[in-house]
Amino acid sequence: MEMETRMKKRIRVEANTEPSESPFEALSEEILFLILDLLDSNPLDKKSFSLVSRSFFAVEARHRRSLTPLRPELLPFVLSRYNSISHLNLTLCPYLSDASLSSIASLLGPSLRSINLSGSRSYSHRGIESLANKCFNLEEIDVSNGVELTDEAAAAIGRMSKVERVRMGRCKKVTDLGIGCIAVCCPNLKLLCLKGCVGVTDLGVALIAVKCRKLRSLDVSFTMITKKCLPAIAQLPNLEDLCMTGCLGINDKALVTLKQGFKSLQALDMSNCQNISQASVSSILQKNPSLHHLNLSYCSPVNSMLSGLHGVFKLNSIKLDGCHVSTDGLKSLANSCISLKELSLSKCSGVTDEGISVIVAKHKDLVKLDATCCRYITDLSLAAITSSCASLVSLSMESCTKVTWEGFRLIGRHCPKLEELNLTDTDLDDEGLTSLSQCQNLTSLKIGICLKITDEGLIQIGRSCPHLQELDLYRSIGITDKGVSEIARGCSNLETICMSYCTSISDESLKCLSNCARLNTLEIRGCSLVSSVGISAIAARCCNLSKLDIKKCYEINDAAMLSFARFSHNLRQINLSYCSVTDVGVSALASISCLQVVTMLHLSGMSADGLAAALLMCGSLMKVKLHVSFKPFISPVLINRVESRGCMFQWLNKPFQVQLESSEVWKQQSHDIFVE
Amino acid sequence: MKQIIGEPGIDLSSDSKMDLKLTRNSESFHKPNSSNHNLNSFNQASQYFPNLSPTNFLSRAENLQQNLKTKSTNSFEPNLNSGMATQNPPLDWDPHAMLSNLSFLEQKIHEVQSLVQSIIDQQAEFSSRPSELATRQQLATADLTCIIIQLISTAGSLLPSIKNTLLSNNPALRQLVNPDFNNNLKCEGLIRNFPETARNSEYEDLLRNLDNEADWMKEPNPLPQSDIVDANPIDEHDLKESDDGDAEREHLPPGSYIVLQLEKEEILAPHTHFCVICGKGFKRDANLRMHMRGHGDEYKTPAALAKPSKEPGSDVHPVTRYSCPFVGCKRNKEHKKFQPLKTILCVKNHYKRSHCDKSYTCSRCHAKKFSVIADLKTHEKHCGRDKWQCSCGTTFSRKDKLFGHVALFQGHTPALPMDEVKASGSGQGNDDMTEDLGGYNGNFASEECLTSMDVKGIDESRAYFSPMNFDGFGALDEFGRGGFDLEDNPFAFIPSGFGQRSGDS
Repeated sequence: MEMETRMKKRIRVEANTEPSESPFEALSEEILFLILDLLDSNPLDKKSFSLVSRSFFAVEARHRRSLTPLRPELLPFVLSRYNSISHLNLTLCPYLSDASLSSIASLLGPSLRSINLSGSRSYSHRGIESLANKCFNLEEIDVSNGVELTDEAAAAIGRMSKVERVRMGRCKKVTDLGIGCIAVCCPNLKLLCLKGCVGVTDLGVALIAVKCRKLRSLDVSFTMITKKCLPAIAQLPNLEDLCMTGCLGINDKALVTLKQGFKSLQALDMSNCQNISQASVSSILQKNPSLHHLNLSYCSPVNSMLSGLHGVFKLNSIKLDGCHVSTDGLKSLANSCISLKELSLSKCSGVTDEGISVIVAKHKDLVKLDATCCRYITDLSLAAITSSCASLVSLSMESCTKVTWEGFRLIGRHCPKLEELNLTDTDLDDEGLTSLSQCQNLTSLKIGICLKITDEGLIQIGRSCPHLQELDLYRSIGITDKGVSEIARGCSNLETICMSYCTSISDESLKCLSNCARLNTLEIRGCSLVSSVGISAIAARCCNLSKLDIKKCYEINDAAMLSFARFSHNLRQINLSYCSVTDVGVSALASISCLQVVTMLHLSGMSADGLAAALLMCGSLMKVKLHVSFKPFISPVLINRVESRGCMFQWLNKPFQVQLESSEVWKQQSHDIFVE
Repeated sequence: MKQIIGEPGIDLSSDSKMDLKLTRNSESFHKPNSSNHNLNSFNQASQYFPNLSPTNFLSRAENLQQNLKTKSTNSFEPNLNSGMATQNPPLDWDPHAMLSNLSFLEQKIHEVQSLVQSIIDQQAEFSSRPSELATRQQLATADLTCIIIQLISTAGSLLPSIKNTLLSNNPALRQLVNPDFNNNLKCEGLIRNFPETARNSEYEDLLRNLDNEADWMKEPNPLPQSDIVDANPIDEHDLKESDDGDAEREHLPPGSYIVLQLEKEEILAPHTHFCVICGKGFKRDANLRMHMRGHGDEYKTPAALAKPSKEPGSDVHPVTRYSCPFVGCKRNKEHKKFQPLKTILCVKNHYKRSHCDKSYTCSRCHAKKFSVIADLKTHEKHCGRDKWQCSCGTTFSRKDKLFGHVALFQGHTPALPMDEVKASGSGQGNDDMTEDLGGYNGNFASEECLTSMDVKGIDESRAYFSPMNFDGFGALDEFGRGGFDLEDNPFAFIPSGFGQRSGDS
């Protein structure tokens, strides 16, 4: 935003010197709007657009509908420029006072349709009240994480009579009374999220169900609701999406005795409802033939979830993560569902080759299969999957340690549509990787903790998977600069790469990766060969970089921080523990205007004063992790000051540990845990 | 009655019914208005009893009388009644045995007579030795008890269906043996209807005579009361006490229970159990029994202290229901849709609530009045604590009631408690706001912002909550503090990942 204001000044100067000579002036506003419509993908494009001329600048301002400001204190200026904003996302403004909200309300007024306050703190019900008074067209409000908001805030939301979507997750102080106000005053409510509102009970939820008949989506996860409110919810005529994650008050009795209802329900999430079992599942499915999505993750650690299921269901997707699923259960699931598209069996115990074979033989349209940590499946399963599910798009087989290179070869040969593949912690080798390179549509490839792979396989991937956006090479220690360079060359769309503990990686890799202009997440934790030179190259050329982990890159020093401060205006999150950064670097880092999360442990060159200066300077901080030894040296006044801006401190007491653990030992340890 | 007598075709129309009313009021002692003294050994027997002065007897053994009066009338009198009818056709009894029984009775009565005579003779001596007097008196009482038992068993032998179980099952007889027994039931009136046939008129006489023996007093009811009677003595019902005797719910068929009606004075009397020795009154029989211990060692025996209703034979009580003495009340037995009351307590509460002045006033609101003190106490527990308020001003003592109200009426919203509004809504809040502005004075808190601040909204919010009652303010303090401490993690039960913002990693 600062940059923008600077540019604005510059434009004004230009406009004064050469008035209306520009050929761009000939373009009508409609045409410019059409052009702007096509510029949605990259935020930087619009910035460039508005720099063309004064009229372009004005048109861009009028065209813009949504805004995500970085600093609340600049809001009055920004909003006076963009006065037709209808969607305001304030998640990057952790400190947002009531005064800011009331100024937003008066500046935008009726044009505001949607506001997101979920990342903000320090505002109260008064701010929401001013929104309710001025922005009477508000349709959507997100006050999630407003842990200090009370019933009055909910009552204020209730006064926005046109509001349709309300998200108030984790508003722990809101009780039934506040929810009651919303229920009575917002008859148009279509979406309500009460996730983690522990003050809300059956009474409030039942009142919502009675009063808001247009409700389509309801999230009552992690609340204390019991079966008492279920009949009312079940009577909602338009309810399509119901999320009851972690509702421990919901049990079999509640669901089985429910006579009718949920007629329009399409998606039901009952994950972590630990008091329900197979009886509820079949009861729900039989009553709701239109149900498409069902999530039963971590529902029942002991019971077999599916055995005894009979009937014909239209289920498209089912998630059974963490449940005990027997072969019989998978058989009855396969027989009772018409066409499954998505199946998640992550961390399910009891999944065997037979079970997988039965499912995939029946459901050839399977698009997404998650078999994470199904440790008993072997190449047989893979043979069944690859032979019948040609349209598979996403496959996760993390820690399926019994699968061998032959299985991986089958994936490459038979699944050309595969886009997401997770083979973390498997026996994948170069041969398998070479075979996988036949999946040319891959966008996400996770091959961490595959100790057998080397540059040879990775080069093949780099050459044949141009769409790759995400690559995870965590602790795959066979990888060197050569492989990464090939990836950087071939996969120019790369956005996320993790090379943590790939100790052979050096500056050379990073220099190559700097060609990937879209790179936004880089993790090179423990790559001790990397120095400021490499990381500066990244900083200079990857301007979208927002997440960076350079922990234990001992060679990185203040020079890298200075280049971040200069180039990385989008950096949100950084971990620079153990780096050779001093006060200079830290204060340079603090000048990045949108930095939110910083972890700074064991920075030998950083003093308490330098830290204090940095903390004071960096206004957008939301979370700072520091070593507890710094705590006595920083004045409590300063800490209060920073905290009042919306920043959280986390004081850690981790011991100083220079030595890196060998990856072989690490993998061995992780396997020992499995055996137990 | 039909079943018991076993005679079909007895006319049960109202004019053929006869009521008997028993009373313990010794002052209103009357002879029965019917002059049938054409019987029998009972009259003879009764002549022995006048030797004891009725008042003496009453003062000394009121309990005993009560037992006789209530219990005997409840269950075994009809038996006697039918059994002793001379013209009763079922002659399956032995007149010889009867004669020997009667002569035994006669002999026994003579013994008691002489015993009592001796007490009178030696009264002067006894004044110095009261314990001996007590012994004699006990002896006389025991003898009398024996006579009555004998009498009843003799009479009972006339009725084949009852005679075998009579003694073993009749608690009244057992209670007679225990002179301390104080019956809970102190009913003034027992209403019975009998078919008035030639035969049955003798039953009444017999019954009255027996009442005379047992009671020393009798007031035949001058008003023939038409009502229910059926002494089906083995009808077992769940005798749960409910506050107002919900006979509606139990749906006893009319006639399957006995109806008792207490007089107004009795209902309103504070005490219902009186010491036969000193006359002290008690609310509870148990208290009386404890009190009786002070009157001598004979009241300290386990039998005397035992709870009388625990006796094994007590489970054959006929189902008893109560009528309210207030004529015209639905609970009065003459009401067309009569709904009987279940227990004495129900009678008392009903009578006080419905037909008495409400003399207890709530000390908090000075508005609510009650006639039953327990009701006042219940009300005072909640008075002024209706913290759940609707926007329409109605208050509720329970949250679910408020939500039911809000769900029912369009446009009504739950009102928020006052302390929240006051704590965060007014002065302190505004200070916060100006402080906020100070923080960003340089670039944000322009004059425009200050004027745009929504002070109006805050005022409105206050007005919105204004109907709230400030009186209960102190009590509401705890309410707003939901107790969600930031330091505590109320999500400890949530596995992982929840609540993490996507930006964090």
